[in-house]
Amino acid sequence: MNQLANFTKGFIRENPVFVLLLGMCPTLGVTSTAVNGLGMGLATTFVLVCSNIVVALVKNQIPDKVRIPSFIVIIASFVTIVELSMQAFVPALFESLGLFIPLIVVNCIVLGRAEGFASKNNVFSSALDGLGMGLGFAMALTILGSVRELFGNGSFFGMKFLEGDAILIFILPPGAFIVLGYLIAFINKLRKTA
Amino acid sequence: MGKKESSFKNMLITLFVITMLAALALGGVYNVTKEPIALAKKAKAEAAIKAVIPEFDTIKVFKVALEDGTDSLIFNQGYKNGELVGTAIESFSNNGYDPTQVRIMVGFSSDGDILKTAVVQQKETPGLGSKMNDPKFKDQFNGKNPNTFVLKVKKDGGSVDAITAATISSRAFCDAVQKAHTTYLKDGGSK
Repeated sequence: MNQLANFTKGFIRENPVFVLLLGMCPTLGVTSTAVNGLGMGLATTFVLVCSNIVVALVKNQIPDKVRIPSFIVIIASFVTIVELSMQAFVPALFESLGLFIPLIVVNCIVLGRAEGFASKNNVFSSALDGLGMGLGFAMALTILGSVRELFGNGSFFGMKFLEGDAILIFILPPGAFIVLGYLIAFINKLRKTA
Repeated sequence: MGKKESSFKNMLITLFVITMLAALALGGVYNVTKEPIALAKKAKAEAAIKAVIPEFDTIKVFKVALEDGTDSLIFNQGYKNGELVGTAIESFSNNGYDPTQVRIMVGFSSDGDILKTAVVQQKETPGLGSKMNDPKFKDQFNGKNPNTFVLKVKKDGGSVDAITAATISSRAFCDAVQKAHTTYLKDGGSK
């Protein structure tokens, strides 16, 4: 039961984007389309799971005062490995996602989970936590991207159903703030009533 | 086992070991992926050549210096049965929105018309400048002769419809195509 909670808390109750408000930079920056949001979310999930596992494994070997630089090195290494491997073995995927991969390093969710959860819990719980948080992040980015794409480009997951340009401001940075604000208000309402 | 104490020695050793392991892992991955990455890039450039000029059986590759002599562009002349069918020029612009070069493959017919264009590399804003890859933008160059079709966005007095909300990326694209054309003419054009 407790392990299940570790996994599911990332979806709504502690959703990194809508509730913890972590990782705003990639959230606002890359969600101009649903596919971009989903891609960024999944890439982040992968790094989150790997870094949570490694941090949970080595947590006792790292003196407290140098834990943050150690975690950052571990995370940055994973991100670079993911970037190089994608570029080498799945160039088509890298083509569409490559842009976001380096951005994962600066995503404070990854460091936040390493510091806030993995450094205090065992490997299995940490992996579940990383997976749940990552999927929650991916879900939030996909929703945000879908809404912005829908209003800003008149399409859904790249399928166009409106000719020409739609309400452009939704694709531009202010649109990200507007949509995110309304989504957070909506989720808060849901959490209050549930 | 409890936490290690934050003594100077422990901190030094920990950071040293972690950074060394990371460096070893990254070095290893880099070596393994170096070749596939180079191959993938080459395959992409070749696909771009095939996309912008008609079918060919042999190809002649050479470099031509830019007009200002600062750099050179790669010319790929495609021949079919000994006849020149088109020249694919890999051009670039440093004026994109992202510091990464925008690299465009431009195909020219022997009359000096633009056949087609293809994006080889770009890191423009996703959803805005990245739309330079959409047919809606890049196909407007097809079949145009840059002598009459001014390679500038309409805002700057040219003939190109810019991508909405991505004028800078559109300018970079035009800049790259313009460079290709200038160098093509300098090299003797249809010779």
